[in-house]
Amino acid sequence: MTVYLDANATEPPRPAALEALTEVARLTGNPSSVHAFGREGRRVLETARRSLAEPFGTHAEQVIFTSGGTEADALAVHGFGHGRRLLVGATEHDAVLQARPERDILPVHADGTLDLAALERALAGDSPAMVCAMAANNETGVLHPLHDIAALCRKAGAWLHVDAVQAPGRLALDFAASGADSMAISGHKFGGVKGAGALLLRGPSRVEPLMVGGGQERGRRGGTPALPAIAAMTAALTEALGDDVRRIAVLRDRLENDARAAGAMVVGDRASRLGNTTCLVLAGVSAQTQLMTLDLDGIAVSAGSACSSGKVSASHVLRAMGYGPEAGQAIRVSLPWNVAEGDVEAFLSAYQRMTARLGRRDP
Amino acid sequence: MRILVAMSGGVDSSVVAGLLKHEGHEVIGATLQLYDHGQTAKAGACCAGRDIMDARAVADQLDIPHYVVDAEERFRSSVIDQFAESYARGETPVPCVACNQGVKFTDLLGMARDLGCEAMATGHYVRRVETATGAELHRPADVDRDQSWFLFATTQDQLDFLRFPLGGMPDKAVVRAQADAMGLAIAAKPDSQDICFVPNGSYADIVARMKPETREPGEIVDEQGRVLGRHDGIARYTVGQSKRLGDINTQSANGVRQMVTGIDAPSRRIIVGPRQGSGRTIFGLRNMNWLFDVPPDGVECSVQIRARETPRAAMVRRDGDGAQVTLLEPAMPAPGQACVLYQGSRVLGGGFIRRERI
Repeated sequence: MTVYLDANATEPPRPAALEALTEVARLTGNPSSVHAFGREGRRVLETARRSLAEPFGTHAEQVIFTSGGTEADALAVHGFGHGRRLLVGATEHDAVLQARPERDILPVHADGTLDLAALERALAGDSPAMVCAMAANNETGVLHPLHDIAALCRKAGAWLHVDAVQAPGRLALDFAASGADSMAISGHKFGGVKGAGALLLRGPSRVEPLMVGGGQERGRRGGTPALPAIAAMTAALTEALGDDVRRIAVLRDRLENDARAAGAMVVGDRASRLGNTTCLVLAGVSAQTQLMTLDLDGIAVSAGSACSSGKVSASHVLRAMGYGPEAGQAIRVSLPWNVAEGDVEAFLSAYQRMTARLGRRDP
Repeated sequence: MRILVAMSGGVDSSVVAGLLKHEGHEVIGATLQLYDHGQTAKAGACCAGRDIMDARAVADQLDIPHYVVDAEERFRSSVIDQFAESYARGETPVPCVACNQGVKFTDLLGMARDLGCEAMATGHYVRRVETATGAELHRPADVDRDQSWFLFATTQDQLDFLRFPLGGMPDKAVVRAQADAMGLAIAAKPDSQDICFVPNGSYADIVARMKPETREPGEIVDEQGRVLGRHDGIARYTVGQSKRLGDINTQSANGVRQMVTGIDAPSRRIIVGPRQGSGRTIFGLRNMNWLFDVPPDGVECSVQIRARETPRAAMVRRDGDGAQVTLLEPAMPAPGQACVLYQGSRVLGGGFIRRERI
């Protein structure tokens, strides 16, 4: 039996998303074509655009479909924030951290939230800035104080880009009210399929495309959009907004308490966090060994953000929060939308077996 | 049983994984990430080399779980740094021994134990012989591929846990045929060569980057201290070599061929002497690993002081943590190299040749 508790890597695809996917995948039309087939494709695309814009409180024409979160972040940084000084939170995802080499890093507090005083100092410069702050951290679930960050940005004339990839369905997020200027989302992170994401813009701003191509997405993102994946994304969003986040949070809390009793330390537990995520440190046991042990026991969790080589390195997020060796001894457990009580129980018994064998020893 | 296989991405360890899988064991593949393969890529770029991709593809094909284990830091400090420091001391290190001992047979083996494995297997060409008193380490069936010299530092405890399924293979062609029969894509992959972390074969450049003093020029002197010539860095010399001595070979006193008899790191001097008649019969070993109960008055055995050479008759006595070797015929042991003790095909132990002068 295998138990999937790695939702922050990717959520299991939702039934509604799979239905939309297969339905739209049957369509031949390219949304750019002028004939009837093209019109049908265009209708599907623009319907998806409207139904994606609506729950975020933005307009359809301010939605740019991308291949996913990484492209949306890159488009924000390069196409939207182009020419602006870039200020990036230390715990951002690599999609943002690695997007542009010349950027200043903003420190976080020990609880993982952005250091607002440091942000204010960094914003004091003359040149116009773009600040990148994630809505929820993928490794710890910690939420940044977005309203305060947005207020500071507004005061300084800076733009705010929010990587909200972990938020939809898990966090009430009114884009219009958040004060953010742009926001990145990714379909498979809320139960769509891999291959579609979006950059949402607050206003009708100018965005230079990363790929010019045939001028699709109003000249802001070239290339034929991945229509089936986009349809799956919007269908998933509708379903995700109806998730019982309380149910998941209760399971997470139980998991966390029992893991603590087995010897774990919970990272960021003094900050507001996503209800589905917990980051557990088992002192003296490498994250690699923990992942392998749990995997061989049929439990799928993760550590840090996996490099494509699959090697597990110390977490840059935990390092930024001031952790030492513990940054290499943490695993992330993230409950998917369809998590069952039995999954949590299976995790806990595997975790307890692991701590009984490996825990509480000298590193 | 649950068994971890150290998979390098090469033919040998891939076949080991396949053989054990076919024997019905629960096989777990692990590949060590030892250094950044993406040397041309910028920081943060993916570091996986071709070998890791190959190992992963083999594991996928065999349908076994496979993990990439990050050992970069430990490899740098325990192997690469030590390698450079050894040269800076005027020695000639054997980095493969340090790697087998630290990263592989301590760290990875410890991880195998943590994962509840009952054994760890590698693709080394050595034989492990089970006896009533514990496992013995022997030369393999295929003497051309013998890796026992590089594994002398394997402790009894490690040896008991390890498995070397290729030790009985008659030759490499058979191993390749096995890989082919298993349908592994790497069956025809060339053997790895030389030192894995020296991409273009120029180890002296790597050493010089880490220890610039090893590239400083210095004098070549005879055993009386007379300056015979100059050299361009001590790291290019090993005791016993005659290369890189320029015309000193022909210039010397009676026209006898010369060789390096010593390297004095502090003064950056390479000391040479005549090839004929040089050498010593007594030398010391440090960091001795014994794989049998050495009698108090020592053991008569054969010793091998280089990776590839015929063993020499010797008497070896324990000397604290080290040992003292008495050769029947004089030889030129190079400080830093391994001296491995054999009785027939069996490895009795070994140590590193001490730097002390005669």
